[in-house]
Amino acid sequence: MNIAVLSGKGGTGKTTVSTNLSIALNANYVDCDVEEPNGFLFLKPNIEDVKEVEEEYPVINKEKCVGCGMCVKACNFNALAKVKDNILVFDKLCHSCGACQYVCKFGAVEYAKRVIGKIECGTSYGLSVKQGILNIGEPMAVPVIKKLLNSIDRNELNVIDCPPGTSCNVVNTLKYSDFAVLVTEPSNFGLHDLKLAIELVKSFNIPFGVVINKDNGEDNIIKKYCRDNSIKILGTIPFNKKTAELYSRGEILYFDNQHKNIFDELVNNIREVLSWN
Amino acid sequence: MRVVISATGKDINDLMDVRFGRCRYFQIHDTEAGEFRVLENEGQKSGGGAGIAAAQQIIDEGVDVVITGSLGPNAFDLINKAGIKAYKCNEMRIKEVIDKFKNGELEEINMAGPAHHGM
Repeated sequence: MNIAVLSGKGGTGKTTVSTNLSIALNANYVDCDVEEPNGFLFLKPNIEDVKEVEEEYPVINKEKCVGCGMCVKACNFNALAKVKDNILVFDKLCHSCGACQYVCKFGAVEYAKRVIGKIECGTSYGLSVKQGILNIGEPMAVPVIKKLLNSIDRNELNVIDCPPGTSCNVVNTLKYSDFAVLVTEPSNFGLHDLKLAIELVKSFNIPFGVVINKDNGEDNIIKKYCRDNSIKILGTIPFNKKTAELYSRGEILYFDNQHKNIFDELVNNIREVLSWN
Repeated sequence: MRVVISATGKDINDLMDVRFGRCRYFQIHDTEAGEFRVLENEGQKSGGGAGIAAAQQIIDEGVDVVITGSLGPNAFDLINKAGIKAYKCNEMRIKEVIDKFKNGELEEINMAGPAHHGM
């Protein structure tokens, strides 16, 4: 069972919810926000294993290449260009699709591997925790996300900390998810991006619910939207200074007596929704 | 001499586009004959690598000179390797750009500008 925590808008509290939810649920934690993973700042695990993530890219064998440019025409990602019968490779744009190798009649396209990121595994509070890290300057996060999610056991309970937004990175994370927790805040931006996230999650036909962070306790635009659209609110995190202080010190909210019940209630509500589906 | 200019429109009274990879049109001017023709930039349609697609297109056209705002690292690399001279110009009407070029008033682009400048 993979529970994805996503948001649409960035900075609404995905990592706060997913780290605390992992501990409350006694579930594995998986940080798929590989461009800027930050769950380990709170979980502070001992890193026990590091695996490199490699991507394939074409290398032109100059002895075999006749400079016909078929590979350049076949590439959908502008990773190849032809200048004066020389083929130039822009490896960061390559999606490793193999089209250039397929169309080359002279066997001049070979593939090599380069490291684009890594996966770190460790233990924190007795839980198995993992994070993907995309190397600085690399434009494509999806290969790291896929390798990370292929390495986890779906028969176990896993909480997946998603990247923000509704990009390819989030879509590829949701492909592996059985339930979605959408974290938002009662602001216009929060609502706008929540709608996008809901639209995306609905396309996967998985059950989902909303968590409102920085909740002022009053009726607000998120509560109204959820009420009008029959969307389950799984929990709320109050807007107060104590929460912000614990967060900014990198502490786990669940270990604070005033905050523990917030996540216990979230766990109960998730279990309740999942028993219906 | 065949000069390509990144352009916002199809006419010589339209403005130059300071973006290279994401400009709408390329105007190819023949400075001796005083004629020009217009191409749609292949780069603007691409999800990524717009500068590469645009550079490939104008390399295939066999031009001598490119005039634009700046060239990103990938486009600069290709234009340089193709032996095409690149000149920098601000946003102004294409006919003024050509006059400035003919008068030798444009500065040559000798290094790449920032990547993803035109987004």
